[in-house]
Amino acid sequence: MDNERIDQIVDGHQGQASSLIQILLDIQSEDGWLPREALERVGEKLHVPLTRIQHIATFYKAFSLVPKGRHKVHICVGTACHVRGASRVLDTVQDLTGIKPGETDLDSRFSLETVNCLGCCALGPVVEIDGKVHGKISAADTADVLDSYK
Amino acid sequence: MERLSSPEQLEQLRQDILAARNPETPCVSICAGSGCLALGAREVIDAFTAELAKQGLEATVDTRGTGCPGFCEQGPVVVIHPQEICYLKVTPEDVPEIVAKTLQDNEVVQRLVYVDSVTGERETREAEIPFYKNQERRVLCNNALVDSRSIDDYLAVDGYSALAKALTQMTPMGVIDEVKRANLRGMGGAGFPTGRKWEGSRNAPDDPKYVVVNADEGDPGAFMDRALLEGNPHSILEGLIIGGYAIGAQEGFVYVRQEYPLAVENLAHAIMQAEQYGFLGQNILGTGFDFTVTVHKGAGAFVCGESTALMTALEGRVGEPRPKYVRSNVKGLWNKPTVLNNVETWANVPLIITRGADWFREIGTEGSKGTKIFSLVGKITNTGLVEVPMGMSLRDIVYKIGGGIPGGRKFKAVQTGGPSGGCIPEAQLDLQVGFDELSKAGSMMGSGGMIVMDEDTCMVDVARYFIAFLTEESCGKCIPCREGLRQMNKILTRITEGHGRAGDLETLEDLAELAMEASLCALGKSAPNPFLSTLRYFRDEYEAHITEKRCPALSCKELISYSVDPDKCKACMICLKKCPAGAIEGGKKIVHVIDPDKCTKCGVCFDVCPSRFAAIKKLSGEARS
Repeated sequence: MDNERIDQIVDGHQGQASSLIQILLDIQSEDGWLPREALERVGEKLHVPLTRIQHIATFYKAFSLVPKGRHKVHICVGTACHVRGASRVLDTVQDLTGIKPGETDLDSRFSLETVNCLGCCALGPVVEIDGKVHGKISAADTADVLDSYK
Repeated sequence: MERLSSPEQLEQLRQDILAARNPETPCVSICAGSGCLALGAREVIDAFTAELAKQGLEATVDTRGTGCPGFCEQGPVVVIHPQEICYLKVTPEDVPEIVAKTLQDNEVVQRLVYVDSVTGERETREAEIPFYKNQERRVLCNNALVDSRSIDDYLAVDGYSALAKALTQMTPMGVIDEVKRANLRGMGGAGFPTGRKWEGSRNAPDDPKYVVVNADEGDPGAFMDRALLEGNPHSILEGLIIGGYAIGAQEGFVYVRQEYPLAVENLAHAIMQAEQYGFLGQNILGTGFDFTVTVHKGAGAFVCGESTALMTALEGRVGEPRPKYVRSNVKGLWNKPTVLNNVETWANVPLIITRGADWFREIGTEGSKGTKIFSLVGKITNTGLVEVPMGMSLRDIVYKIGGGIPGGRKFKAVQTGGPSGGCIPEAQLDLQVGFDELSKAGSMMGSGGMIVMDEDTCMVDVARYFIAFLTEESCGKCIPCREGLRQMNKILTRITEGHGRAGDLETLEDLAELAMEASLCALGKSAPNPFLSTLRYFRDEYEAHITEKRCPALSCKELISYSVDPDKCKACMICLKKCPAGAIEGGKKIVHVIDPDKCTKCGVCFDVCPSRFAAIKKLSGEARS
């Protein structure tokens, strides 16, 4: 993301330091992560020290300081999904992709995250990939589902 | 659209909207909530639009994407008005038949109506389905009646009439008195009396004052607030504006998690509409009252559901709680008096103003009045959102509304109150739901997650799950929470992995007491509840794990093993092909055997073995001897 775009985002929030989280969310959703250069620029614009920005970027779960893969796999580990076997689904996805939650594989195909509840509890266990919800998924189905994302 | 500048203009507009609508005009309501959308509701809506156009009916039949009616289990849910015919699990392929039969020939498509799984009886009308029949839907009812994106629909169901009434016929203190008299309590879980909170802010000398909607619904397994935000955002805004008027605030905030994109979108849309119509902005309805609302997206931190942490996050900082020597209704956001209430609390406010405190108090228990929305999830036949009168028994919720446990399994416990709550065993199922009643049983009301567990759920694992969740979500400010929970998580994990030791339970109890006594905020103080309540009611399960290295629910991976029953195995090769670890040996007509060294205990074989064979066994304890 170039400085011009960052400035636009910051100005969209009236350049208020209290909008810092909202600004970072906008950058995160456009770029998929928060590059260091972007954080530095935001800090300059808002007159907020980089340490405070990094405090926020590492505290909130929505932010990532590393680039993400092409497909974002979110495994719901909310209580309803948990009692319906989400941990077995998670284990299987980890085995198949070779990555743990928070990681991205070497060819940037998948990024794996766990989420606390997607609110689709009737469909549990649930895996969301690139915004599409795969409901009532079993450990046995996961290989086929992952295969459909290249 | 010109801004409405008086209550009379609002009434005139409402009459115009109603006059333009013929209640006899057929209307197809399709749930467009996140649950049904995940099940393909968008495709169903598109199919209706296309089919109605094809048949030349688009002018005579209305279609509406509504909020969540609650029956997520059977989604996508379609209701045809005015007959209120309810079709369940509708697919795009069903649409031409529904249009031809129901909308053109007034016939019911029998295969799509509700069939009771026990009695086999069919129910055509939504209101007759047991899941709905036993509820008291005061707050949720409009979800299914209004198009989530239409302010006119909300006005058609008397929307913003409470605001007009409050602004023109009531003083701010009058509004507060009505809310106090209704004994409305905070639906976010703590149950603090709403009217008292408001009064404290009104009387606080500082200015400006703020009102905040806490829509950081972070409890896993709870989605009541999301359904309201997505389905009927105007009801929340109306409550918030009334609250602002009552305490003397001119600025409101909605803190909503960014994990709820549709809720954020519908809410922003509703705010834009309310501004256009003159329910927000300067000189609302010509009364001289000014009020604006800002949406703040939460960036994913469970602790931000705590009021002071939420306010810190609104200020653009890291969401850490602060001590409440002075309550936040006196010194809150930017150190100014701030009333923060949960989504459901705000949504109840217009109802109380319109219908009066006496109407609100009609139902409920001694200390808890009105209704409560629960998200009934887990091992339950009818997963969904249910709104029940306070005082209904857990048994009625689980069995009459929820339809009991699927698959003929046995009920074990119901967990209420999210990670801060506890598990309630079968012996206490007749407990009435209410703030005080649930607290006495060692759980709490919480925001309304209700997770049903059956005999296959391991209670030690449930405790470990919640403690692990809170370890992750602890903001790290207080040591008993940050370090104490981490140790509890370690010990509980060890127990579920079969390495429990004598003395573990005592250590856990010590750590629990410490976290409860010495943490600053409710997250730490209530964190041990899941452990303490499961220990209180299911001590035998803890002991089986520690002393016998056995998981009675056959759930803890490290304590179970899978094996093939050679008498039942038909050598069908299904499990052999599906095993991701290649741990199953055998072949055509050769009985299969699981190699325990290769087996990762993923359970795929157990799932795929045809139920008529049921040849895969799960063992715990005995397999080790």
